[in-house]
Amino acid sequence: MPRKEGPKISRRAWITTTSGVIAAGLVRSQSDAIKLVAQEVPAADPTKVPGRLVSELGRRASAEQPKRLLRAQELSSSSRTPLADLMGTITPSDLHFERHHGGIPDIKFEDHELLVHGMVDRPMVFKMSDLMRYPQVSKVYFLECSGNGGGVYSQTRMPTEVTVQAMDGLLSTSEWTGVPVSTILREVGVRRGASWILAEGGDAAVLSRSVPLDKVMDDSLLAYGQNGERIRPEQGYPVRLFLPGYEGNANVKWLRRIEVTDRPTHTREETSKYTDPLGDGTIRQFSLMMDAKSVITFPSYPYVLPERGWWEIQGLAWSGRGRISKVEVSTDAGRSWVEAALQGPVLPKSTVRFRHLFEWRGRETIILSRATDETGYVQPTVQQLWEARGPATSYHQNHQRAWKIAAGGEVTFGLGDMV
Amino acid sequence: MRPVDRSNRGSALVVVAALAALLSACDPSPGAFSGAARATEGGAGSGSAEGLPAHAPARFAFGAEASDARVAMWDIDVRPDGDGLPQGSGSVQQGRDVYMVHCIACHGPTGTEGPNDRLVDNSPWDAYPTSRAIGNYWPYATTLYDYIRKAMPQLTPGVLNADQVYGVIAYILYLNEIVPEDAVMSAQTLPAVVMPMRDRFVDDDRTGGPGPVR
Repeated sequence: MPRKEGPKISRRAWITTTSGVIAAGLVRSQSDAIKLVAQEVPAADPTKVPGRLVSELGRRASAEQPKRLLRAQELSSSSRTPLADLMGTITPSDLHFERHHGGIPDIKFEDHELLVHGMVDRPMVFKMSDLMRYPQVSKVYFLECSGNGGGVYSQTRMPTEVTVQAMDGLLSTSEWTGVPVSTILREVGVRRGASWILAEGGDAAVLSRSVPLDKVMDDSLLAYGQNGERIRPEQGYPVRLFLPGYEGNANVKWLRRIEVTDRPTHTREETSKYTDPLGDGTIRQFSLMMDAKSVITFPSYPYVLPERGWWEIQGLAWSGRGRISKVEVSTDAGRSWVEAALQGPVLPKSTVRFRHLFEWRGRETIILSRATDETGYVQPTVQQLWEARGPATSYHQNHQRAWKIAAGGEVTFGLGDMV
Repeated sequence: MRPVDRSNRGSALVVVAALAALLSACDPSPGAFSGAARATEGGAGSGSAEGLPAHAPARFAFGAEASDARVAMWDIDVRPDGDGLPQGSGSVQQGRDVYMVHCIACHGPTGTEGPNDRLVDNSPWDAYPTSRAIGNYWPYATTLYDYIRKAMPQLTPGVLNADQVYGVIAYILYLNEIVPEDAVMSAQTLPAVVMPMRDRFVDDDRTGGPGPVR
């Protein structure tokens, strides 16, 4: 989109330019020089105006200001990543989604301590400087709230004007750096019979979750780094539990305590929240795994395809159980499917970008994607989830998403037309 | 896992060790301990899943041993069997007074009005609940202690003393018609409360793979 007006030349730029012209003896005075520059250097031509100088912190182009989408300004709230604005797989850290239950605590790096105790030989307290001295790992993983997509599960009220950010923006991907929890548990000596941990945050909600010990020992991190810098306060500064592939809520932020136990604690978050009534009278508990899912991020609402022709459909796919093995795209409302290209490297428990080149001939249609992970699990249809789980849970809604392209190019959420 | 009486860590550890040995002896799931076994034996070459190098020491010993007092100060969670509940008690009547000061603004005069979470709903359900209130959803009454002590009231978390927490739990359970009006909650009575929906909770049965959608 063209700018309404070009950037103004800063005072510093004027002085540099005019003094240079004067020094060269081309004109006698600064005012002459200004006239000369004004005549001969269009303000919008960046090759004719010295640029901005170096700065300690970078910033985005003024016209590029992607933003998180906020829920209510309350202590327990969330903000969503603008998936349609992003490229590749890494989420810029300032656009990583948020979900807090008691606000963001203000914790000093030097003061923070992590207590590890319970069924261990040596209860220990670690300062951040202690944790950072242990051998370090960095891994790219997605993080997703299990409530992501809950708004498009209703059998009676399927939205049409919903952005991918509003629908699935509780998903982000980062390179996380930290120390494996297994290294720390090796230090304290886990006792025989232990099978769970309780992880507890140092925020005003003192958010607590129980996690199976096997998962913790397998690949979990005490993460203090995110995309090359120290983890942000919104993501748990100075340290969070990171459980690759598990629902976001269990990845306890601002982690201050790990208790090794032989049973789950049944905290509020894992009983009254983050549980799934299945429609048969039972309630599924400790549904921590994020199953395979994909979503087309382009084209998506509110984009309007301006003309027919070749367009590249793009999206993200991910699975908490490992690698994505295949993403298929349909451009005819699910009648036929074609395998999309996956942008490597395809990392386990991370997002992968898929692409499919599509010639849109100006006819109304519906486009969908479905992911398959390395276990052979196929992203289900919404009807399959309704059948399996009933209407009462908004968690773990990983069903296939659909976008409708109208004859005029307008893109809207199209699942309602398919069910 | 730790005893109710936090002043007696020495004997508690003996109990813990004995109980742990007992539990592991009858643990139906050998896999439950496999991770821990790796943890304690991982120094010699194999390392952890994320790969400590072969020459890593058995212990680095960065960090300090935690004193009993330190553990007791921070170990504030409460389990369904009552583990972690402090001394103290509170009645329905005492809890009503607490509720009217500290809870009513967010949860309404009868625990049903909001604006925040609905607390009271004891309507039975067969297929699925229409709300996730305490009476028709929460599986354990002890979770109320764990949560209220940690996170409530939302704007002044931690302001209630043990008697007040027990009291407000008694009042909320009374509103849900789970305990009678003369009930008194304590470390002894709270774990004995049977919540109506306790047996509805089942473990996750999703396994990945090409099998049926769950």
